[in-house]
Amino acid sequence: MIYLELFITFFQIGLFGFGGGYGMLSLIQTETVVQHQWLSTAEFTNIVAISQMTPGPVGINAATYCGYAAAQQAEYHGFMAVLGSAVATFALVLPSVILMILISKIFMRYMDTPVMQSVFTALRPVVVGLLAAATLLLMNSDNFATMTGDPWHFWISVGLFVATFVGTKYVKINPIQMIGFAAFAGLMLL
Amino acid sequence: MHYQLFKTFSKIGAFTFGGGYAMIPMIEAEVVDKHHWISKEEFTDLIAVAQSCPGVFAINISTFIGFKLRRYTGAIVAAAGAALPSFLIILLIALFFHRFRNIPWVESVFNGIRPAVVALIAVPTFNLAKSTHITLSNCWIPIVTALLIWLLGVNPILIILAAALGGYLYGQFIKPTENENG
Repeated sequence: MIYLELFITFFQIGLFGFGGGYGMLSLIQTETVVQHQWLSTAEFTNIVAISQMTPGPVGINAATYCGYAAAQQAEYHGFMAVLGSAVATFALVLPSVILMILISKIFMRYMDTPVMQSVFTALRPVVVGLLAAATLLLMNSDNFATMTGDPWHFWISVGLFVATFVGTKYVKINPIQMIGFAAFAGLMLL
Repeated sequence: MHYQLFKTFSKIGAFTFGGGYAMIPMIEAEVVDKHHWISKEEFTDLIAVAQSCPGVFAINISTFIGFKLRRYTGAIVAAAGAALPSFLIILLIALFFHRFRNIPWVESVFNGIRPAVVALIAVPTFNLAKSTHITLSNCWIPIVTALLIWLLGVNPILIILAAALGGYLYGQFIKPTENENG
């Protein structure tokens, strides 16, 4: 049943999503695009893009959108699709709420122990890997077109990638402005 | 007070772009400076805890503060406040995006946006590598992680569990002997 699937999936994502929004992305990608196929890679990237332009955490945005899309795919429409969004988002935040209450109530003093510190130290490089994986997973024909099939689209995409990368990292242009620029370029060139 | 909590965290949730960490200044301004709900020192500790924990950063923070102020109901109200603006906005977008998705110019716009978004995820990868001091000796960890997920389709959850376990074992058994010999 779709609602149960959504709940279990997003509960797991909320429970194991280390590394903030971007760290969670490779998890969300693995679950929603690869495992359950609720979204295509293009749809997934679109919602990440929309998330950059809307307020709020990318995790919640992704859960809301994916819950809706998944319910629709399972032939639930209208209000029932909205229920999918609600279930996914609720499932995503539930582990955080439970965990933070537990920590606040009981475990606060254990956060600073050597044991926890060594666990966190081990997790940090893994989070870098998670981000790298998220980037690599998104480098496919859904987002960049194919070199042989649609060279114009492909090379423009590569150009936009490089421009955005350089612009954000070195020139320190605001991400929202970069998206605006890319949107305009897409409109004109693609 | 519950209403205050809800209102404050909704405001934070509705006006911060760019992900959890960008919210920190605004949260501090509201929670520490304006409402005096926690002290600056407590806030710093809280950030450290919330960052280390899994889950949405904004939800972690709001739950913690909400719980501190009004226990269980406070935690729920604060978390709901933080989540609600995003939820509603994206829901609206989902409801309408479906209809507009296949219009040619909308497609073109998103064709341009998508590669840019991939770059926006690539940049923090390098920045994070720098800030977590990835060196030649430990760069194998992110590389292996990325390859396992990307090429072999390993579920990231497994890698996270393995890393947590590895860190724990390292801390318990290997590091103490290193200190003895060193």
